[in-house]
Amino acid sequence: MAVFGGRRRDDNPALPPGQHLTESFPVLSAGPSPSISTEDWEFFIHTETGQTHRWNWDQFLALPSEDITVDIHCVTSWSKLGTGWKGVSLDTLFAEVETGLDFVMAHSYGGYTTNLPLEEVLDGQAWIAYEYDGGELEPEHGGPARLLVPHLYFWKSAKWVRGLVMQSEDNPGFWEEYGYNLHGDPWREERYS
Amino acid sequence: MDHLDGNVLAGPTADLFLFEPTTTQGQCQSCADIAMLGQAMVYGQPMGFVARCRNCDNVLIVIIERAGQKSLSMRGLRWLRVADRAMNDRI
Amino acid sequence: MTTPAAGWLTGSLARAHPLTASARSITFTVPGWPGNDAGQHVDVRLTSSDGYQAVRSYSIASAGPGGEIELGIDRLPDGEVSPFLVDDLALGDTVELRGPLGGWFVWRPEQTQPVQLIAGGSGVVPFIAMTRTHASVCSSAPMQLLYSLRTPNDAFFRDELSQPSATARTTWHYTRTVPPGWSRSAGRLTAEDLKSKTLPPEQAPLTYVCGPTGFVETVSRALTSLGHAPDTIRTERFGGT
Repeated sequence: MAVFGGRRRDDNPALPPGQHLTESFPVLSAGPSPSISTEDWEFFIHTETGQTHRWNWDQFLALPSEDITVDIHCVTSWSKLGTGWKGVSLDTLFAEVETGLDFVMAHSYGGYTTNLPLEEVLDGQAWIAYEYDGGELEPEHGGPARLLVPHLYFWKSAKWVRGLVMQSEDNPGFWEEYGYNLHGDPWREERYS
Repeated sequence: MDHLDGNVLAGPTADLFLFEPTTTQGQCQSCADIAMLGQAMVYGQPMGFVARCRNCDNVLIVIIERAGQKSLSMRGLRWLRVADRAMNDRI
Repeated sequence: MTTPAAGWLTGSLARAHPLTASARSITFTVPGWPGNDAGQHVDVRLTSSDGYQAVRSYSIASAGPGGEIELGIDRLPDGEVSPFLVDDLALGDTVELRGPLGGWFVWRPEQTQPVQLIAGGSGVVPFIAMTRTHASVCSSAPMQLLYSLRTPNDAFFRDELSQPSATARTTWHYTRTVPPGWSRSAGRLTAEDLKSKTLPPEQAPLTYVCGPTGFVETVSRALTSLGHAPDTIRTERFGGT
């Protein structure tokens, strides 16, 4: 009799509980891929004072960038190790931003949202990435630019990111509103609320 | 007028929740397009099923499946029109 | 319409044969299966010894009453369930099945309007059920299939679809490699191909399109541009999981 094993068992210490390795890069999206030209692209951070900090594509590319190599973990149970990105640290983008609020809502072109605590996107934990694996970020993977927060499940790394809005409460984003975890730490298996 | 208890819904919903969803018509809350759910555009798998309006991309329905439970949001639908059983058999 | 049986049924593998180098026909005996309409699908659930479960949807190649269903499964390179069903599942092994499911992407014998079926790769499976039903009820509704494949070796059910007695004519199209002497070179289906190889809007056909997302997207857009009303095009996309 054939015994179904599934892909669940993998004792690689780099894998959080319940995850399996993949070599491919599965595409998951809650909606159609928006098509955004870099001419029209902008990124903003909006604070409680009503102030909006904006960068167009050229201004964004002129910021200091970093090469990032990280493991990524999707809540649907695949993990991909040692992925290479290039992007701008949120520390750089928040350098001039003054806010007293503790949470951010990431907004994407196409309407997607996801919520994050501010302290988890600072101190070298998050980037706006615009290159993947040495090439420009493909639209299906979130290009021209996406949020990259590798220590949380990958739905937090919003594709086609457009801006961050500071919020006083940890209000839920798109998937979070329908029952996914507000925080989403893969090492604590925070998949659902 | 006095209200009734929710228990009274048992009858009408018993029939209502047996319908075949894909051939049931619904109206988009956002653009008023009327279509069968089978005509919606579904994204989001395998995290969930995000059914969007074929006309305006508005999210009609979200279904999240996890061990032991399923959750359903129908926020983007104004209504569903469920044909009686015999009618539904003929679309 | 055939409505699903309640809950999960147990299917036991009764017959199996290879369809291509990467695909396999598997037929289950399913006590309690209520029969199904042509084009419906079924959920297959596998459970590992530690309780982990994986569920996938597959179109059913068979149709009609009876306690058996046939599936045509293509092995996805990075798949979790399809490699098991194609390579490992042995006669007598059981899986859990839920269905039949779906009432939109179906063809029923009482339908009389002309039908155009357009398949990309393993998207042909629901159309096998439709052409079989069409033949078994001696339907007078015109039905024809346009089957787009990477290479001649990728055809599912070629013999059955090529039978001269088949009431639903099959037109073949190849995207990577064509058979010797083929008149068109290999390439993706274009609006021009669809214009010359499918029923025109003037015949008011109902057109069913099934295949990978990109294929369905391209074909349905081209059909609309040829003048087919969106309401006359029914689509079924399958993703990559």
